[in-house]
Amino acid sequence: MRKLKEAVIEKTLLSSALVTIAVTAGIIVVLSIEAINFFREVSIIDFLTDTQWTPLFTDKHFGILPLLSGTLLTSFIAIVFAVPVGLSISIYISEYAPQSFRKTIKPALELLAAVPTVVYGFFALTVVTPFLQTFIPGLSSFNSLSAGLVMGIMIIPFISSLSEDALHAVPNSLREAGYGMGSTKLQNAFRILVPAASSGIIVSIILAISRAIGETMIVAIAAGQQPRLTLDPTVPVETITAYIVQVSLGDVQHGSLEYRTIFAAGITLFIFTFLLNTISYQIRKKFREKYE
Amino acid sequence: MNRIKKNRFKDQAFKLWGIFCTLLGIVLLSIFIGSILVDGIQRIDWDFITSLPSRKAERAGIYTALMGSVWILVLTTIIALPVGIAAAIYLEEYAKKNKLSSLLEINISNLAGVPSIIYGLLGLEIFVRVMQMGASVLAGSFTLALLILPIVIVSTREALKAVPKSIRDASFALGASKWQTVSRQLLPASSGGILTGIILALSRAVGETAPLIVIGALAYVPFAPESPMDEFSVLPIQIFNWISRPQHGFEINAAAAIIILLFITFVMNAIAVYFRNRWQSKFK
Repeated sequence: MRKLKEAVIEKTLLSSALVTIAVTAGIIVVLSIEAINFFREVSIIDFLTDTQWTPLFTDKHFGILPLLSGTLLTSFIAIVFAVPVGLSISIYISEYAPQSFRKTIKPALELLAAVPTVVYGFFALTVVTPFLQTFIPGLSSFNSLSAGLVMGIMIIPFISSLSEDALHAVPNSLREAGYGMGSTKLQNAFRILVPAASSGIIVSIILAISRAIGETMIVAIAAGQQPRLTLDPTVPVETITAYIVQVSLGDVQHGSLEYRTIFAAGITLFIFTFLLNTISYQIRKKFREKYE
Repeated sequence: MNRIKKNRFKDQAFKLWGIFCTLLGIVLLSIFIGSILVDGIQRIDWDFITSLPSRKAERAGIYTALMGSVWILVLTTIIALPVGIAAAIYLEEYAKKNKLSSLLEINISNLAGVPSIIYGLLGLEIFVRVMQMGASVLAGSFTLALLILPIVIVSTREALKAVPKSIRDASFALGASKWQTVSRQLLPASSGGILTGIILALSRAVGETAPLIVIGALAYVPFAPESPMDEFSVLPIQIFNWISRPQHGFEINAAAAIIILLFITFVMNAIAVYFRNRWQSKFK
C-alpha cells in the first residue's frame, strides 16, 4: 500500500515536471502552425529580402528586415552601453570593494532588474529623450538611442551579477600567484581573472543580448512604431516585439493575414533567442565542469 | 613617472571608475524615481485609487486596473505554485541522472530565456482561442503562470539543494519513506527559500505588460472583474495606455500609477530579501 502511494506521488511529481516540456512544445507548435499559414500566402523569399514592412497598409509588403534592423539596433546600443559598465562593476565588486559595501550594493543593483519594463519605457520617453535632445538637436521624440540606453541600464545587473559569480569562482591560487609576481589588482583582474572567467563572462553577455532582443515595453514606448531599415539611432524605428504589441492593441480579425504576421514575427524572435540561450547553456555546462 | 607608479595610478583610476559604474545605474534610477515622485505624488489620493477609468484625466482612477492586478496575482499563484514546486521536487529529489532529466534541465533553462511576449502568443492561441477562455482574467493568469514557472522551479530547487544531507539521512534512518522525508522534513526546512523565490516570481508577474496586451487584455474596462471569466486590465497596461496619450494630464496619471506599481514591486522585493536573510542564517 505504502509502495503504491509512493509510486503515485512520484508519477504526479514527474507529470508536473513534464508540463515544462509541454510548454516548449506548445510554443513551437503554435508559432510553427501560424507561421506556416503565413508563408502559404507570403513567399519566404519576400519575407527575408523585402526591405519594407507594411502589413497594415493597403500596399502590403512583408519584409522582416526593417523590424530585424530595429531590434538589432536597439539591442546593439544597449549592449555597447551595458557590457563595459556591467563588467567594470563585476570586477570592482569582486576584487576591490570592501565586504560591507558589497553587501549593500548587490541588493540595490538587483533592484534595477526588478523595476517593471513599462516604467523604464516611461523613463526613456519623458526623461532620457528630452535630456538627449538638449545636445542632439535632430533627435526625434521616438528614437532607438534613448530606448537602447535605458534598456542598457536594465540589463546591467544581468551582466554584473553573472560575471561576478564567474570571477568569484576563479580559484584563489591564481589570484595569489598574480600578486606574488608583483602585479596590481588591475593587472591581476585583466590578465588573469577575466581570461580565467571568460566563459562565464561570455555567458552573461549572451544572456544579456537575448534579454535585449526580447525586450518589449521599453522599445514599444520609446523607440516608435515606424518600421524602417536604418542604422540611424536618432529616428523612430520599430522592433519585432513592438510590432506584435502594435497589432495586439488594434482590432485584428483572428485568422486574417495581419493576425498571422505577429506569429511570423514571433517565430523569428523565438529562433534568435533560442539559439542564444542554447549557446549560453552549452558554454555554461562546459564551464561548470572546469572548476568542479 | 616610472613603471610602478604608472601601474599604481592606473589601478587607482580603475577603482574610481568601478565606483562610478556601480553607482551609475543606482543614481540614474534615483533621479528617475525622484522625477516621478515630483510629477505624480500630488495626484495620489484615495479618489485616484478608488475611481473608475475616465476619458478626463483628472477624474480617471486606477481601481479597475488595481483589482485586475490583484485577481491576476492570486490566480497566477494558485496555478503556478503547485506545478512549479512539484516539478522542482521531482528534479531535485527523485530524478535519476538520465536522458529525460537532462532534457528537462536544458528545457527549463531555455524556457527561462524565452521572451515574455512569446508566452503572450502561446496564451493567445491556446487559452484565448482553443480553450475559448477569451481575453479573461483566467487566460491571463494561465499565461503568466507559464511565464513564471521556470523561475519558481529554479528557486525551489536552490532552496531544496541548500537543505543539508544529514537531514535526509536522519529521516531515512528513522524509516521514513521518500515522500515522508520530502513533505515532513525538506519542505518545512526549505520553506523560507521557496517563499523568497515565489515572491520574486510574483513581483515579476505583477509588472508584466506585453504578454497580457498580446492575449487581448484591455486598457479600458468599465468595471473591476468579478469572476475569473471577466475581461480585465492591469496596472502596467493602464500605465502604458496613459503614456501613449498626448494630453499632459494623463502623463501625470501615469507617473502616479507608476509610484503605486513601484511601491508594490519594491515591497514584494523587500519581503523576499527579508525572508532570504532570515532563512540563510538558519543553515549557517
